[in-house]
Amino acid sequence: MVSSIPKDSQSVSELKEFYRQMVLIRKFEEAAAKAYSVGKIGGFLHLYIGQEAVGVGSIAALTPKDYIVSTYRDHGHALARGLNPKPLMAELFGKGTGISKGNGGSMHFFDRNAHFMGGHGIVGGHISLAAGIAFASKFKKEDSVTICFFGEGAANIGSFHEGLNLAAIWKLPVVFICENNHYAMGTPEYRALAVKDVSVRAYAYDMARDHIEGDEVRKVKDHVQVAVERARRGEGPTLIEVSTYRFRGHSMSDPAKYRTKEELEAYKKKDPLMRARHELELGGIKTEELDKMDLEIQSQIDEAYQYAETSPEPPLSQLHKYVYAEDK
Amino acid sequence: MAILTYREALNRAMVEEMEKDPLIYLMGEEVGHYQGAYKVSQGMLDRFGEERVIDTPISENGFAGIGVGSAMVGLRPIIEFMTWNFSLVAIDQIINSAAKMNYMSGGQFPMPIVFRGAGGAGGRLGAQHSQAFESWYAHCPGLKVVCPATPKDAYGLLKSSIRDNNPTIFIESEVLYGSKGEVPEQEYTIPLGLGEIKRKGTDITLVTWSRALGFAEEAAAILEKEGISVEIVDLRSLRPLDENLIYESVKKTNRALVVEEGWPVAGFGAQIAYLIQKNAFAYLDHPVERVTQMDVPMSYAANLERMSLPNATRVADTIREMLQ
Repeated sequence: MVSSIPKDSQSVSELKEFYRQMVLIRKFEEAAAKAYSVGKIGGFLHLYIGQEAVGVGSIAALTPKDYIVSTYRDHGHALARGLNPKPLMAELFGKGTGISKGNGGSMHFFDRNAHFMGGHGIVGGHISLAAGIAFASKFKKEDSVTICFFGEGAANIGSFHEGLNLAAIWKLPVVFICENNHYAMGTPEYRALAVKDVSVRAYAYDMARDHIEGDEVRKVKDHVQVAVERARRGEGPTLIEVSTYRFRGHSMSDPAKYRTKEELEAYKKKDPLMRARHELELGGIKTEELDKMDLEIQSQIDEAYQYAETSPEPPLSQLHKYVYAEDK
Repeated sequence: MAILTYREALNRAMVEEMEKDPLIYLMGEEVGHYQGAYKVSQGMLDRFGEERVIDTPISENGFAGIGVGSAMVGLRPIIEFMTWNFSLVAIDQIINSAAKMNYMSGGQFPMPIVFRGAGGAGGRLGAQHSQAFESWYAHCPGLKVVCPATPKDAYGLLKSSIRDNNPTIFIESEVLYGSKGEVPEQEYTIPLGLGEIKRKGTDITLVTWSRALGFAEEAAAILEKEGISVEIVDLRSLRPLDENLIYESVKKTNRALVVEEGWPVAGFGAQIAYLIQKNAFAYLDHPVERVTQMDVPMSYAANLERMSLPNATRVADTIREMLQ
């Protein structure tokens, strides 16, 4: 493991915060997986485990006025945005206290106040929504930037091309972040992408591009920062491909038999959490302090689990409530 | 009272609303520099500029998504589909994004967006440019579906649609764009979900909307000479639906016929027939009947197109049979 040792106290504390967020995501999802396996969570549950550095690093490059658009694999992005794990876990449990009042579930976390613009379930469909949010920022002459996460599978659907083209011709303040985890459900990238490097598709739209490894969280932040600033200056969108890996299957119902144990083990050696932990130790943080942090996060997750479990289901009167919005 | 064409009435509605609310914009193919493929947006680019009257490349899915995303953060887009035929490549954005955003976010994201454009069948445009899709969209909760038949209604309903905080499917009739009618000079709106009795009658209730209103009125005029009195209910919007207007009329006439431009199978007329038998069964002297387009894609051949579309003769014949 090539390590980048944090050199000053500021970079140590930044990395520590990133580590905290990544552990929070990891433990949140481990708890969710447990709840799923005993039937407390229904539907699909797409875990982010292994990809934490992408969401944490990217979102660290944003300010509160910026917007985030996510996919069906949205838990990590929501937590990295700083959303409270309690309403998120409650949403997974289908409770009325959930972040989307139980109407959304795992794939549809929304928080208007946090500018967390949703987890979206149709692959690639949300790419043009993100462009639309960026369009609105430009229309209203606000300097907010939108970042949009999607997988490499989404890069093959029409929405991707239409969304990028529109964002490019109108120079919209949006950063498209392709989290390439190398499998679109069970289809490996070599069977789906005519050109393996998704980021070069930016050339087709005369768009800035970047391509980074996703196991080093501070590097992700630094690169995304450049794109966010470019967007904020009015210089248009960027397509960033971040190479990453999910340690679990596509969702909890996927045993991931399409890949080898050796491949998985090789990627686990590049676990972004372990890497960050190692770098923190090299930067002078004691193992005991990190262990203590892990324990504190675990108890925060335990509380969220407890909260979700004991929260009431939504009232039955909610069934029809949000089909239509109130009149203007 | 001014005499306006259907397209002029739509144009006036958009212009007035955009003058009042700077968050409204119009986006679509050829809406700006070309002045609208069907000239509905004539003059709007000059009035509002390129920031609010926005030409797009041919990419319905993309710009429908732009509209939805922008509505999430408070803009009030009017998205024009050159024709509703092309909306099918954007149907994912309309149904999976726009229709469900408020619901799946637990009420956090109202969706004040209007999707509008030319719809309907005819004009020898062949199979891919000649179809009525209101039943497809009316199927989906979360959407409102509006189908005006007259310039007066087009104006009042479009204004209401633009002001509504929900995604509205506003299907204009391509063949009616040039049709003329009286439009009050004073500003007005027509609430969505309010139908209208377009003709009073006593023998049968004819339920219809959009262009099919014309077939209905023609048939009613023919039948009047034979002593048959037809009441015509123009729904104007399918979602929300003015159910009571239908039932009140059926209670009076004891018969109901639905006339629509679309296909018969799983068409909206089937829903109306179900509702009438469910809620006004005791008043019926005859099963509810339907006159629709034939159950085939549209042919280019003039005689086959004529045969496929509903018309006044078919409507009149069906009514005569129902009254025997």
